[in-house]
Amino acid sequence: MSEQGTPGRIPVVEKLLTANEQVAADNRDYFAARHVTVINIMASPGAGKTTLLLATIEALPERRIGVIEGDVASQIDAEKIAETGAPVVQINTGGACHLDAPMIRRALPALPLDDLEMVFVENVGNLICPVSFDLGQSYNVALLSIPEGDDKPYKYPGIFEAVDLVIVTKWDLHPYLDFDLDRFTELVHGLNPDAPVLCLSAKTGEGLRDWLHWLEARLG
Amino acid sequence: MHELPVTEDILRIVADHAQKAGATRVTHINLVIGELTSFIDDSIQFYFEMLSPGTPAEGATLRFQRVKTRFRCRQCTREFEPEGRNWTCPACGALGGDVIAGKEFYVESIEVT
Ligand SMILES: Nc1nc2c(ncn2[C@@H]2O[C@H](COP(=O)(O)OP(=O)(O)OP(=O)(O)O)[C@@H](O)[C@H]2O)c(=O)[nH]1
Ligand SMILES: [Mg+2]
Ligand SMILES: [Zn+2]
Repeated sequence: MSEQGTPGRIPVVEKLLTANEQVAADNRDYFAARHVTVINIMASPGAGKTTLLLATIEALPERRIGVIEGDVASQIDAEKIAETGAPVVQINTGGACHLDAPMIRRALPALPLDDLEMVFVENVGNLICPVSFDLGQSYNVALLSIPEGDDKPYKYPGIFEAVDLVIVTKWDLHPYLDFDLDRFTELVHGLNPDAPVLCLSAKTGEGLRDWLHWLEARLG
Repeated sequence: MHELPVTEDILRIVADHAQKAGATRVTHINLVIGELTSFIDDSIQFYFEMLSPGTPAEGATLRFQRVKTRFRCRQCTREFEPEGRNWTCPACGALGGDVIAGKEFYVESIEVT
């Protein structure tokens, strides 16, 4: 009996997915050793992530920026970024709805990190799953395009609670839609009072300057 | 999709603790999952049935304890559960609060013979 141990309940209390967190911590050290600021961009499919990255790279020609593109399949976004001349690596998750830390680690050798100041990670378009997987980023940014509606914090509180900045994209469409910015901001701040909410249009350039200021303040 | 690595993690943790306890059979695995995490019971169950045969967890029943999201009001410290579009503190009327529950994701205990 004693050799078999006692039947009954054994307390465990062990967190799940710690393997991802360990790799994320390694990635974070790796970036820190090279003084690279890493920004994880999370949003729905089509919210304007790639368009914003293209506008950002164009607006900051003196900054050494690299990009990690996450998509279920295809090289489309990486090809768009490559046209700017910025170093880019495409990760195809092969069905997974989020990036994880091991995927980032495998992608790192493809980027000239010693020569970069900043890396943007475009996560897979999804408001739910990416939040649960730390990548080793320095900052999390959520994009919400105004056609998606101002009630999204109610439905996806996890992402708005987890980020350092919220950007309302496609602001040029504001006259045509009933997006209530005050209501949206109130909900975001209800969850996360520290996250600024910025509005911009990557198409017209309106509001882009506030985003660039936010970025510059986080670089050396 | 991400329930696959999660289930592998569960099996590793269970095997580890069952072995330490010298248990021959694991009858129950008690999991605690916060509502704010994106993990789905049915998918974990599905992968568990696929991966557990031949491991110490074979035949065990998975029990899922779901934890509701809870806010702590930043104005008056009252704790409450937001319901749908009602994020208002029942004590003072402030909107939202610090998330104090709903992000849990762990193996709470196992039951063995
Ligand atoms: N009107 C308007 N359209 C925009 C803006 N930004 C992006 N778009 C359009 O929105 C569509 C999707 O933009 P993307 O940048 O590809 O969006 P994404 O989030 O990278 O999409 P996925 O990577 O496929 O998830 C494209 O047709 C863009 O031209 C904007 O500021 N205003
Ligand atoms: Mg894109
Ligand atoms: Zn209150």
